[in-house]
Amino acid sequence: MDSYFLILFTEVYKIIFLLVPVLVSVAMIVWLDRRVWAFVQKRRGPNVVGPFGLFQSLADALKYIFKEIIIPASSNKLVFVLAPVVTMTLALISWAVIPFGEDFVLADINVGILYLFAVSSLGVYGIIMGGWASNSKYPFLGAIRSAAQMVSYEVSIGVIIINVLLCVGSLNLSDIVMAQQNLWFVIPLFPMFVIFFISALAETNRPPFDLPEAEAELVAGYQTEYSGMMYAMFWLGEYANILLMCAMGSVLFLGGWLSPIDIFPFNAIPGPFWLIFKILFLFILFALVKATVPRYRYDQLMKLGWKIFLPFSLFYVVLTSSFLLYFDLLPGK
Amino acid sequence: MKISRLLKTIFMIDFVTGLLIAIKETFKAKKTINYPFEKGSLGTRSRGEHALRRYPNGEERCIACKLCEAVCPAQAITIESKERDDGSRKTVRYDIDMLKCIYCGLCEESCPVDAIVQGPNFEFATESREELYYTKEKLLENGDRWENILAANIKADSSHR
Repeated sequence: MDSYFLILFTEVYKIIFLLVPVLVSVAMIVWLDRRVWAFVQKRRGPNVVGPFGLFQSLADALKYIFKEIIIPASSNKLVFVLAPVVTMTLALISWAVIPFGEDFVLADINVGILYLFAVSSLGVYGIIMGGWASNSKYPFLGAIRSAAQMVSYEVSIGVIIINVLLCVGSLNLSDIVMAQQNLWFVIPLFPMFVIFFISALAETNRPPFDLPEAEAELVAGYQTEYSGMMYAMFWLGEYANILLMCAMGSVLFLGGWLSPIDIFPFNAIPGPFWLIFKILFLFILFALVKATVPRYRYDQLMKLGWKIFLPFSLFYVVLTSSFLLYFDLLPGK
Repeated sequence: MKISRLLKTIFMIDFVTGLLIAIKETFKAKKTINYPFEKGSLGTRSRGEHALRRYPNGEERCIACKLCEAVCPAQAITIESKERDDGSRKTVRYDIDMLKCIYCGLCEESCPVDAIVQGPNFEFATESREELYYTKEKLLENGDRWENILAANIKADSSHR
């Protein structure tokens, strides 16, 4: 019995040790996003609360907590309340398999990438539930758009991941990172990395693919009827998802916790820091894209996903596998 | 589609150029001011918070002609007048409902003695509605506080009237 509680406590301790930094970094990343956006437009951005305005997100969170939560009379109340919870939970549980360093991972499961993929697909449910339960036209339209968009780009992300898996021969995320010791996959699979990045933008409903919340047509999409802390939870979940996509990109293509060159000043920095640098780099790219690219039209978005990305990544799967086969480089041999 | 255009699309030349421009702009000087700590310049005719002015000897300028009350399109001004012991007509009540006011500046324009003016202060937000129902005392206090700037503004603008 004692050992049971011991295991329980250590696991809970580990989970808290993982989730609190993730939540704090989500708050910081919102600040970074706004700041980069402002800098590109030659504005100053939030710079009043705390040093460089770092605590702006905390002030915003405080504001959201004290705001009234309005539940529309004609909504399905249970689903309405559940939707933000689902979004945020799903965004956070995927962090369990992200390896921050050698043996520095909450759940080192053998199907890590499948788990990640399954959970990020479930993320659609939070949005669909929110949009449907609001019982209002704009949230509903936004939710439909979002679902279609996320499902479409999930397909191309899946095919891209197959490319990586072909080179690794394992679904374990730590193995994927270790396979990149000599060469990061971003070099041989560069076109796939670009497509992964763009698909990640669409997957997380970031500009230029933020059609689900295109404010000119849909008010705020599936979030229209939400207020107060529930809105903030949607928002947290969204940014946690963005961070997760950046982490996924760094693990799959940028060598996770590995240092770029295995020589002294670089390999002295501990692994988790390298992963954080890579996540930050990808996130700043996300923010820069948000600041520069105008929003896509919906048919363009679908065309890009199904007619360009999917065939191209399928072609690349054939290319990768034939290359590996021809030069006898297949892993596990 | 021309080949060059196709290649541009495939290698995302336009997209990368845009990103590079964005990165370059990031390091340029900011165009916005750091508002609560530094403020932009205001013209001499800026229409901000109201004030009632006095003559240098301390006498109120307002002669209770009620032109401002009559001209006010939002009917935000309420004036009551009484004859004072020395025979001059003065206001006993001069209220401006700052929530009704549309800051059009007609009261200032209609005033024959430059008594009611709109000053340069635009930061008078309050936490309750009641604080924005300005009374004569509040307006006179404003006039005393901003007199230097108000007088300078009127002087600078007088040649255009």
